[in-house]
Amino acid sequence: MEFLLNLTIYLPLLGIAAILLVRNNDEAIKWVSLAITSATFFISLPLLFGFDVANSAIPQYVTEGAAIFSGMDVKYLVGLDGLSMLLFMLTTLMGPIVVLASWTSVKKSLAGYFSMLMILQTASLGVFAALDLVVFYVFFELSLIPMYFLIGIWGGAGRIKATIKFFIYTLVGSLLMLVALLYLGYAAGAASGTVTFTSDWRFIAGPEFTLGLVEQTWLFLAFALAFCIKVPLFPFHTWLPYAHTEAPTAGSVVLAAIMLKLGTYGLIRVVLPAFPNAFMEFAPWMAVLSVIGIIYGALVAMVQKDVKKLVAYSSVSHMGFVVLGIFALNTVAMQGAIIQMINHGLATGALFLIVGMIYDRRHTRMISDFGGIAKQMPVFAVVFMIATLASIGLPGLNGFIGEFLILNGTFFSELYSNKAYAILAATGVILAAVYMLWMYQRVMFGPITHEENKKLVDLNGREIGLLVPLVIFMVWIGVRPLDFTQYSEEWVEHYISSSEEKSQTVLLNTNMDEIPDWTARMYKVEEAQEAVPFYAEQ
Amino acid sequence: MNYLHDMYTFLPGIIVAVAGLLVIILEAYKKSINLIYGISVTGLVLALGFAIQSLFGETGESFTGMVAYGGVPAFGTVIVLLGALFCVIISKDYLEDKLIHFGEVYAMVLFATVGMLGLAVSNDLITLFISLETMSIALYVLAGLMHYRKEGAEAALKYFLLGAFSTGFLLYGIALIYGATGHTNLLSIAAAADGSALFLGGSALLLVGIFFKIAAVPFHMWTPDVYQGTPTTLTAFMATSAKAATFVAFILVLTRMLPESGEAGDWTNVIQVVAVITMIIGNLIALAQDNVKRMLAYSSIAHAGYLMVGLAAGTAAGYSGVLYYLFAYTLMNVGAFGVIAYYERTQALDFTEIDSYAGLGFKVPVMGVMLSIFLFSLAGIPPFVGFVGKYYVFAAAVNAGLIPLAIIGVLASAASVYYYLRVMVYLYFKDAHKEYTLKSPGTLFKATLLILAALTIYYGIEPVLPGTGLFELITSYYTA
Repeated sequence: MEFLLNLTIYLPLLGIAAILLVRNNDEAIKWVSLAITSATFFISLPLLFGFDVANSAIPQYVTEGAAIFSGMDVKYLVGLDGLSMLLFMLTTLMGPIVVLASWTSVKKSLAGYFSMLMILQTASLGVFAALDLVVFYVFFELSLIPMYFLIGIWGGAGRIKATIKFFIYTLVGSLLMLVALLYLGYAAGAASGTVTFTSDWRFIAGPEFTLGLVEQTWLFLAFALAFCIKVPLFPFHTWLPYAHTEAPTAGSVVLAAIMLKLGTYGLIRVVLPAFPNAFMEFAPWMAVLSVIGIIYGALVAMVQKDVKKLVAYSSVSHMGFVVLGIFALNTVAMQGAIIQMINHGLATGALFLIVGMIYDRRHTRMISDFGGIAKQMPVFAVVFMIATLASIGLPGLNGFIGEFLILNGTFFSELYSNKAYAILAATGVILAAVYMLWMYQRVMFGPITHEENKKLVDLNGREIGLLVPLVIFMVWIGVRPLDFTQYSEEWVEHYISSSEEKSQTVLLNTNMDEIPDWTARMYKVEEAQEAVPFYAEQ
Repeated sequence: MNYLHDMYTFLPGIIVAVAGLLVIILEAYKKSINLIYGISVTGLVLALGFAIQSLFGETGESFTGMVAYGGVPAFGTVIVLLGALFCVIISKDYLEDKLIHFGEVYAMVLFATVGMLGLAVSNDLITLFISLETMSIALYVLAGLMHYRKEGAEAALKYFLLGAFSTGFLLYGIALIYGATGHTNLLSIAAAADGSALFLGGSALLLVGIFFKIAAVPFHMWTPDVYQGTPTTLTAFMATSAKAATFVAFILVLTRMLPESGEAGDWTNVIQVVAVITMIIGNLIALAQDNVKRMLAYSSIAHAGYLMVGLAAGTAAGYSGVLYYLFAYTLMNVGAFGVIAYYERTQALDFTEIDSYAGLGFKVPVMGVMLSIFLFSLAGIPPFVGFVGKYYVFAAAVNAGLIPLAIIGVLASAASVYYYLRVMVYLYFKDAHKEYTLKSPGTLFKATLLILAALTIYYGIEPVLPGTGLFELITSYYTA
């Protein structure tokens, strides 16, 4: 199984050799790419079925390499646990789908295009599987290179500005994270007593390693900045609409379904267990940003004329929900956040695919250029409707489960101590219904105002085939959410309670005289001596 | 016996020197350029073989303390020879195409290499000075190889005048240090150093001379013009081997002559300040360059800044990081200049304007991909060797408590990404202005660059592979 995990991660990368072998035959390139990504998906299935759900807090299928040298405990360390399992599977599932989605729409340099998709696949899988923070960082950065070329070479008219903005924006965040990561590694090494540097996530997230309040504050800010840019959380979202609009369909799909998740995933994976005090102290601030993002994203989405931009801004709104759920720090909201990551990947991924399909036919994405096409494309109308409703959060479909859990958890969150967050965030759901349904109505219903729309042909077998798996999972998660949430349940419970314990240990061991005043005020250390803040478990 | 042993410790240098002399004689009597080329390559390969073997050998001093061998000097020798070897191999096709393929070029490259090897092993200020001059004078000649072009003449004259000026500083510094301590041997100076104004002044002037050679701001003004006017493959030689040699000498001076614990005073503050302005100025000016060679010149200034971050850390990890970074920098920079030289070979000499790169990446795909790899590596993006180098240097700085310096460093390198990406924007994202065909790069030329690209990737993931890593080897020089 360990081998299978590594094979899943690196098969796409190795597949590039096969693509290059047939580089002069466009048809062969597509079939080879499809074969590679499908094989990756099927190889990953035993990992899912063999996963021990009851022990999901413990990494499974762990491959552990040797430390780079004695004292410097950086090593190749991959494995899957309850947090990463579903996201890992989502990534392998999206592989063949994005290849199929690019079947006819990409015409330039196919070998390069599919090679980039393969690198991206390996990088994304690597991020989710990495349990060493340096390895995590390497995969995290590696994912930028293929996306840079995907947008830059195969993107739309404004692609150059969009791709540079995307690259540099993300990089500034992650480079600051690198410095923080180095500091964290040395601090963890000192705490371990055996090495000078360690980036082993199992140790950093474990109970033996605690950081002082001042360190936590700065490290939290550096890590959270990098991840929030990636999410993207308001006000760091400005790169996203450009990148999404200019990216080719497959690029948008991977960006929405997988790469945005790297940010929220990092917040849960690294920030929560490593800096629990700062996490809790900053939670209300993060919630404010999330709520602003939810409402702002929805309002901006509402006035978009371009369908793709509308979906892009809806991502800002939906990812705001995920961050809100994460920082509520209770089991319900955290579970909601994790399942919502999957949901957003499925629904928004499907929406970008659908936008791509209509763009391939009409070479426009302007809402005003459409209208009444439901009659011409009935199958398309049905799938589009399902994806739209899933995105809005209609009960019975997946979006509802995630948003309900998040709002529920947020409402009772001890950390937020204010019901306003949940109430304001709930308006985001209403706004989502407004902009999505209004857009759907203008595109699909009404009279046909443009002659070209009369000639539109409905989806072909390939297009239906690539959307069906997504629709199946939208319904499945909506009807039987437990099949999916069970994977992360144990993980979430374990790490929320261990992080709370860790934060209390830090507070108890903090001497008021040894820390600067601002820290004492911020973390209320004075009071902590009499009454330890109690974060009730939900 | 002892004398022979001394010769043995400097064997790579002697081999290269003999090869250089042979080349001169052959050039005068028998004008077979291929033979000369063969001798140069063979000499460098032999020297490299011995140097690599001495990486694992004993350490010590020879030539009555004038020369240090083994350990750090041995590693410096390897980097210098690697750079020289790769540059010589790719030079042949380039120089032939540009009609400047003379035997003397190889002689000059070999003599410059001897100077660099001397620098990398110098344990005495006299050795340091003589080596630096040997290297510099040969490089002045190489810079002026295309003296009939305006840029070539400018490069040679500027390099010579400013170089001579900086040598004055260096020599004056050595004189003052000798006056203050009565020694020229690095270790003896450290023992006799008294922190007097004379000594401090001498050390400051010595550092100015070194800063000039590594192109640290504000002593960097010569770099862009010289890099631009010099034939590209030889620019690569200047930017990598010469810089590596000077940096190794810098490390030797810092660790042996000016140790932090000694009376000589703490120079890390000075290095920190110079590092900060070098990183910022180098990267900012590079952003505005439209000529790829000038862009790489400013980028090489910026890289000197990153390297000095490691020196400022002043720890074993910091110096090891710098040595590793020099190795990484040599691989990726020779590679980048190599691809640029290839594009220049197939077109006119002024084919280095970024605008002429439009759509070039799709013409000969393997070259475009390799240039992208080298540039991503220079930008410090994983999984390439440039990232590993930056990682070690910045890790050392963070561990030494220089967190602001590390933050400035990463922000500067984030800015640098823009100008590296810009090349790729032209290579891939823009359409070619006109139709033209590129000639084939030639097997040896292509193979050399492919090896460099493979090493750039291999050393990017080497740390996590099993077995003793390169960095572990370097750090062992400091812990032993």
